Amino acid sequence: MPPTLTRDEIADRLAEVGYIADPDLATALLLMDMLSRPLLIEGEAGVGKTEVAKALADVHATNLIRLQCYEGLDQSAALYEWNYQRQLLAIKAREGGDADEIEAAIFSERYLLARPLLAAIRQDTSPVLLIDEIDRADQEFEAFLLELLSDFQVSIPELGTIVARTVPRVVLTSNGTRELSDALRRRCLYHHLDYPTPDREVRIILTRVPGIAVSLARQVAGMLAALRREELAKVPGVAETLDWARALLGFGVADLGNDPATVFETLTCVLKTHEDRARISREVTERLIAQVS
Amino acid sequence: MDVGARVLARLAGFTATLRDNGFTVGLAEAGDAARILASPLAARPIWLGQAFRALFCSDADEWRRFDEVFAAYWFERGVRRVTKLSGTAPREGPRTLRQIAEAGAPTGEPQAADAPRDRGDDGADNPADRRGRREGASRAEALSRTDFRHIADPDALAAAHDAAARLAEVLRTRRTRRVRVATAGRRLDMRRTIRASIARGGTPLDLIWRQRRTRPLKLVVLLDASGSMSLYTAVFTRFIHGVIHCFRESEAFLFHTRLVQISDAMRERHPQRAVDRLSLLAEGVGGGTRIGACLAQFNRWHATRVLTSRTVLMIVSDGYDTGEPGALGAAMSALRRRCRRIVWLNPMLGWPGYEPVARGMAEALPHIDLFAPAHNLESLIRLEGYLEKL
Repeated sequence: MPPTLTRDEIADRLAEVGYIADPDLATALLLMDMLSRPLLIEGEAGVGKTEVAKALADVHATNLIRLQCYEGLDQSAALYEWNYQRQLLAIKAREGGDADEIEAAIFSERYLLARPLLAAIRQDTSPVLLIDEIDRADQEFEAFLLELLSDFQVSIPELGTIVARTVPRVVLTSNGTRELSDALRRRCLYHHLDYPTPDREVRIILTRVPGIAVSLARQVAGMLAALRREELAKVPGVAETLDWARALLGFGVADLGNDPATVFETLTCVLKTHEDRARISREVTERLIAQVS
Repeated sequence: MDVGARVLARLAGFTATLRDNGFTVGLAEAGDAARILASPLAARPIWLGQAFRALFCSDADEWRRFDEVFAAYWFERGVRRVTKLSGTAPREGPRTLRQIAEAGAPTGEPQAADAPRDRGDDGADNPADRRGRREGASRAEALSRTDFRHIADPDALAAAHDAAARLAEVLRTRRTRRVRVATAGRRLDMRRTIRASIARGGTPLDLIWRQRRTRPLKLVVLLDASGSMSLYTAVFTRFIHGVIHCFRESEAFLFHTRLVQISDAMRERHPQRAVDRLSLLAEGVGGGTRIGACLAQFNRWHATRVLTSRTVLMIVSDGYDTGEPGALGAAMSALRRRCRRIVWLNPMLGWPGYEPVARGMAEALPHIDLFAPAHNLESLIRLEGYLEKL
């Protein structure tokens, strides 16, 4: 285990790899190491939950192993699966051989396909395991995951028990489409990610969109904050902000007030449904621009 | 590294305060909190607050309330019990003081309401119900025992059971995406086929298949038994009796100014005995309705146990709510995330010219999957088509 970083070091390193974190997120990440608990991150779509895990992997210079959850996700997709095609070939190639020998051969690690959860506990350096949108998986999977997260070992009937070489740092994300079990919630540290404050969003834009002027970044962040106050069907997230900032930069817009037409047209990057598009008309756009510039 | 005994005592006090405020704090969390106190994070109160928040919170609601509780305890701002543990919406500024006063010195009225309950003590009588009674007692509540005898009418009972059985049949066959091994099916189970082929020298002669597993849906019924619903209570009580007997998994609750779990009473096979037990439980039927508070109470005490992602929640109510505005909407949105579908049956919807404009109904509407009329058994059977498609 590498020496634990202090809270400020974590925040600094996150900033270095391009993730502008709230102080309390840095605290939560520090606690993950200190208490060896997984971190559950909840928040609206597009606030950068997945990015936290990516940044954390960069901070610790380890691999990111990602498991995307969906309904019906089962052991063969999450944990391990045998490579049946190769097994069949091997059986054919050794035809006439001793049956026990063949069996021992085809059920060896060579023929094992490690899926994310198994891969995560067999790394040499402890990786970041991202279990994305855990609320989409069903309750059976949640229970199974809970067991894995407490023991960090996997038993494969044909092969025996595989104990974790290193314990991964586990980050779970959830959109709240389904209520998670209390057991899982209690096992985890909790962090609720909100849309960034305008100040933080300016810093995010400046870090992620090289070459953008500070004044434009301020206007973009102010505009997004104003848009989020409107009653939109799909509230724009940080990814949308960055797309829009890049688009404005590409069109050579230096000040939102100078070019309302381009601003209105490039808002496609931010408004993703027909109703939202209709709601934010040219007039509304101009009003919002007047507010921020 | 050693943390002083006094600090640990303070910490124990803090975890107790958290529990008072509805947080779930186990021994593991308390131990980890002690480790945080011994770490550099304890140097600054802000850091400590952030660290404790990550550790002790487990959902967005607790996340929002935590800072207040933390400041109240460690900096002694505000009262000790910042938000009272209750099924209702957490922040209700003006009410809090009164609630504390009530908790400290119970008035004669709630006790009077509690007294006759003890005779009807049975399995369903848990602390949650007690709490509900105490809250409900201050509101207009008809303290008469409503006559449920008419649910024992054999013909009507048989018809209600038929309707419930038909719904159960439809709901039973919902396929999950999980698979099981089968002798016939659509997809090969490669793993087992290979295993079986070893016995045949590697030629996969015996094919093993996998099939989607089916699992029955669960039905939870919440029946509004307030005065405005009195015409329909009998029909639906019979229906619930049928539901409890036809579904492998089902639960039933009755609500008016408080929430009562009636599954156990209705599980009684003999209609007369079921009626007797129900009459004991159903005190207060026919009074006003506090739908929001009752649903919040359901969320707080029963939802984790009763609702699953395979549950259809059926609420039978006319939506006339006399509770606080906003409470119903909040409770519904919390329920929405806990179950598969919410079906709201409104007897008034069958009336010509009815519009769901009552405040309660309007608050609930955005969270409902199916809003359907139900004024008799036929309208229940018409649900079949919808439930089939789940």
